[in-house]
Amino acid sequence: MNVPATLNVNGTPYSVELDPHMSLLDAVRTVIGLTGSKEGCDDSECGACMMLLDGKPVNSCSYLALQADGRDVTTVEGLADGDDLAPLQRAFLEQGGVQCGFCTPGMLISATALLRTNPDPSDEDVRIALSGNLCRCTGYDGIVRAVRGVAAAGTDV
Amino acid sequence: MTRSFTWAVTVEDALAAIGSGARPVAGGTDLVVGARQGKASLPEAIVAIDRIESLGGIVEVDGGLHLGTLATHEEIVANEVIRERFSALADASAIVGSHATRAQGTIGGNVMNASPAMDAGGPLLCFDASATLRSEAGERAVPLGELWTGPGTTVADPRELLVGIEVPAPEPMTGSAYVRLEYRRQMEIAIVGATAVVSLDAGSVTHACIAITALAPTIRRVPEAEAALAGSDGGDEAIAAAARAAGTGSSPISDVRGSAGYRAAMAEVIARRAIVAALARARGERVSIPASAATRGATA
Repeated sequence: MNVPATLNVNGTPYSVELDPHMSLLDAVRTVIGLTGSKEGCDDSECGACMMLLDGKPVNSCSYLALQADGRDVTTVEGLADGDDLAPLQRAFLEQGGVQCGFCTPGMLISATALLRTNPDPSDEDVRIALSGNLCRCTGYDGIVRAVRGVAAAGTDV
Repeated sequence: MTRSFTWAVTVEDALAAIGSGARPVAGGTDLVVGARQGKASLPEAIVAIDRIESLGGIVEVDGGLHLGTLATHEEIVANEVIRERFSALADASAIVGSHATRAQGTIGGNVMNASPAMDAGGPLLCFDASATLRSEAGERAVPLGELWTGPGTTVADPRELLVGIEVPAPEPMTGSAYVRLEYRRQMEIAIVGATAVVSLDAGSVTHACIAITALAPTIRRVPEAEAALAGSDGGDEAIAAAARAAGTGSSPISDVRGSAGYRAAMAEVIARRAIVAALARARGERVSIPASAATRGATA
């Protein structure tokens, strides 16, 4: 039986009725219709589904949507301000941190979580923080440069 | 049975739900992944326990620790008392899963998932921790050495909920370390892991606990390794003998992550690194957390 709940996604409350077994990723993509977060491995290995839950990173493919009732969920769509990209998004574009783009939403969320807790990370810090996110195109260097560039500029993420 | 999902606000709510057949979920990091991998299908009735305030927190009690069942790995790694005095636990929680796993995953779920490869299990076992299991019928304390009965199984009744973990105060001059063999820095599961907790007095080892991870059906202590260290000067010969015994005491399986032969060979290497790091910490030397990274490439 579907259970009523409220998912606050990127500041907007959505009243939904969800199957108890539905993942947060499925709820956000198929019920709410925000398809920025991706399903890669569906097994918490690749990080493409990464969201923030009350500000902390979560593999949304492996998190039951009903557990997020009333909590604040942030997806990649919540990083930009309308058409105005977030500093990390601009830096990914400028540094060649994006090729196919599939890992990018998860990378951006993990990088946001990192910079909010560690505003001045070393290369090693960035690589460790992003090593739960797999990219098969870029070789990671552009991504690491982008994150460090935003940190060096001291911009809020 | 119709699928159901409820949010418990109090422990009593949770126990009532569990008593009538619901299964608890906290961080969810094992439950959903386990279902996806076919280990067990998702429960029909689920009770979320992650909003029960009294189940959270890390409190120092008489030099020991009370870990609320909802304490996350992120909170454990950040706790100064654990980093200083229960360093092996910080070593373990620092390398569980990814930053997302550590932010959501709880120590209670980790312990009750009963994986023989769980990182935090060896340290808790060697610190003589006990699990407090509560049901509507009452409460009991189960030493971790008696909790796990095999891969994914425990002595807990399905109507019992782990509400906390109690860790007694260690001896003075105790050092500890947890080291694992890993192929990847995040989202990794131990290929081989070892915990060492040692206490020193006037240069001799007065107490030693050595536990092995991912090397037997449950995480377990290796008495022969402990005997090789206890009473010794903690020198190279004693360390080598204890590490050898840890390797001999293992009974690993072959799987996609490593063959039994490789695991048994590496058990000695990883146990040696854990013992060396624990002894160094007992002497007051700094070994950074996690010890796995700090001891990588160590020849000792």
